[in-house]
Amino acid sequence: MQSIDLATAPLREMNATLQAQAAQTNATQWEILNPRGAHAIAVGLDAPIEVTVRGSTGYYCAGMNKQATVHVTGSAGPGVAENMMSGTVIIDGDASQYAGATGRGGLLVIRGNASSRCGISMKGIDIVVQGNIGHMSAFMAQAGNLVVCGDAGEALGDSLYEARLFVRGKVKSLGADCIEKEMRAEHLEILRDLLARAEVDARPEEFRRYGSARKLYNFDIDNAAAY
Amino acid sequence: MNEHDRTIPQTAPIQSATFSNAVTAEIRRAAATGIYDIRGGGAKRRVPHFDDLLFLGASISRYPLEGYREKCGTNVTLGTRFAKNPIELDIPITIAGMSFGALSAQAKEALGRGASAAGTSTTTGDGGMTPEERTHSTKLVYQYLPSRYGMNPDDLRRADAIEVVVGQGAKPGGGGMLLGQKISDRVAEMRTLPKGIDQRSACRHPDWTGPDDLEIKILELREITGWQVPIYVKVGGTRPYYDTALAVKAGADVVVLDGMQGGTAATQDVFIENVGLPTLACIRPAVRALQDMGLHREVQLVVSGGIRSGADVAKALALGADAVSIGTAAMVALGDNDPKWEAEYQKLGTTAGAYDDWHEGRDPAGITTQDPELAARLDPIEGGRRLRNYLKVMTLEAQTIARACGHNHLHNLEPEDLCALTMEAAAMTQVPLAGTDWYPGKPGSDY
Repeated sequence: MQSIDLATAPLREMNATLQAQAAQTNATQWEILNPRGAHAIAVGLDAPIEVTVRGSTGYYCAGMNKQATVHVTGSAGPGVAENMMSGTVIIDGDASQYAGATGRGGLLVIRGNASSRCGISMKGIDIVVQGNIGHMSAFMAQAGNLVVCGDAGEALGDSLYEARLFVRGKVKSLGADCIEKEMRAEHLEILRDLLARAEVDARPEEFRRYGSARKLYNFDIDNAAAY
Repeated sequence: MNEHDRTIPQTAPIQSATFSNAVTAEIRRAAATGIYDIRGGGAKRRVPHFDDLLFLGASISRYPLEGYREKCGTNVTLGTRFAKNPIELDIPITIAGMSFGALSAQAKEALGRGASAAGTSTTTGDGGMTPEERTHSTKLVYQYLPSRYGMNPDDLRRADAIEVVVGQGAKPGGGGMLLGQKISDRVAEMRTLPKGIDQRSACRHPDWTGPDDLEIKILELREITGWQVPIYVKVGGTRPYYDTALAVKAGADVVVLDGMQGGTAATQDVFIENVGLPTLACIRPAVRALQDMGLHREVQLVVSGGIRSGADVAKALALGADAVSIGTAAMVALGDNDPKWEAEYQKLGTTAGAYDDWHEGRDPAGITTQDPELAARLDPIEGGRRLRNYLKVMTLEAQTIARACGHNHLHNLEPEDLCALTMEAAAMTQVPLAGTDWYPGKPGSDY
């Protein structure tokens, strides 16, 4: 395993080294030591490498990730895995605001809780949160799946488009145009697969599904209060 | 005597200045439809503008340069502060961000062709980067918007600069919208949205708020792109001194400042006409912020919103901008609102020069549309040629003025070359009222 110690190596050197790894690299295992809450750790990666960050990170860890697996053994600051394209990001602790924001693909797993606006404007990413999520999560979520094993805060799925939301616990309130929907067999299958990939021990049947009522898709004066 | 006797002089009908025909028509429209008026373009109301300034020209105290003989430079370098590869432009006039979706693919290609032929840059918009515009734009600025439609690290690295859009002059503090008529299959795919729905764009970025966060966001973008390309921050004209200072503090290489005459693809008319500052009022506070930070000319200032001619370019530069950006004028150069389509404008209930329902996708000129038949009306090669010509003319005009003021580069224009025709313009620009050495608020004066 290759190590980069952020106590001595500059952030630029670390990211440049990881970004330079080619698809066929033999150096597939990396660890980042002493992250100490630094911002923009392991951003813009584009190779099938595995990066373990030993500690907690600041803003935007694994931002715009492609192909790589990034594993944070601590907690993550705001915007972890923002705009992720593919690959996997795993946070052992909690995640701050905007986790997985605008993500387009890949899998984000948060073992602890996620703060507000988890999955905001998500565009295809899959997010699995083992704990709870904060308010305004999945705001304007366009595509992908958000799985919450705990509870969801206020205004879940406000103004969302076609993203699927699965919550096992309580939902404090639903946002504008977000409704509970029937859990059909195909949804149970999606959920089963996501829970398995996230290595979460939970039964799909325990979850409820939420999605868009599609009443805000085209302006209607009778829905003006919801805008 | 009968009061209806036509032989007696009558009181003439008097239209209300407050409830004008346009106002009452809008009240009736609102009552009938239940929705605010949405349109494209920028503020149409009369506001203090570059027309309210004049150049003084050379005389005994300054001597002019010989037109067509003596050199007058026009080049500008944007992004000299942190980027390894600043953008070198031949002229200080860039093409503003306009999205594929709002504009047709042909229009985007034409903008790229014209800008490249004139030696300047063009800019993506709220919808991602299309192959057409990347291929045909020698220098392409990639906008980083709240919606993040189409955003991906590959396009980010293909860009020559990144523009973090905080706001725009037509709607500072507002998000975007693209009505369902223009959400074609291709637009829907690029934006990850169902076809035919009204697409809303958020007014704030999803993963940062405030200048401290912006600083970290810029750090992330630089780390992803290897600190290679400049990062611009675009703001709508509202509080230009503080917005410029905060953008610079956050690490911007370039500040783009867009006044209320700057256009939009679609926004509420009430927003366009009632929120924001005129472009003229934005420039001096922004320049002062840069000067106070000791970074004027090191962080470049690009001004947009109502730039129409080389005179406007020269005036913006004289007030301290490093470059300008055009959007509406570029569309007109391509053929937008051309009287040759008058019959079709009439069918749409408007007239050439006033057409602004860009959001409806029925543009007779084929520019603000996704309709294949309409879009085919714009030849991107011919459109590019027209834009190049227009940019060249603007540059020649600005050079003509600069030479007349005795300057061998457009960037040597200065406020002392100007006078103001109105008190408002004098107050906004701190340029003396014509024939005086005074402007409202001048230090040491009583007014």
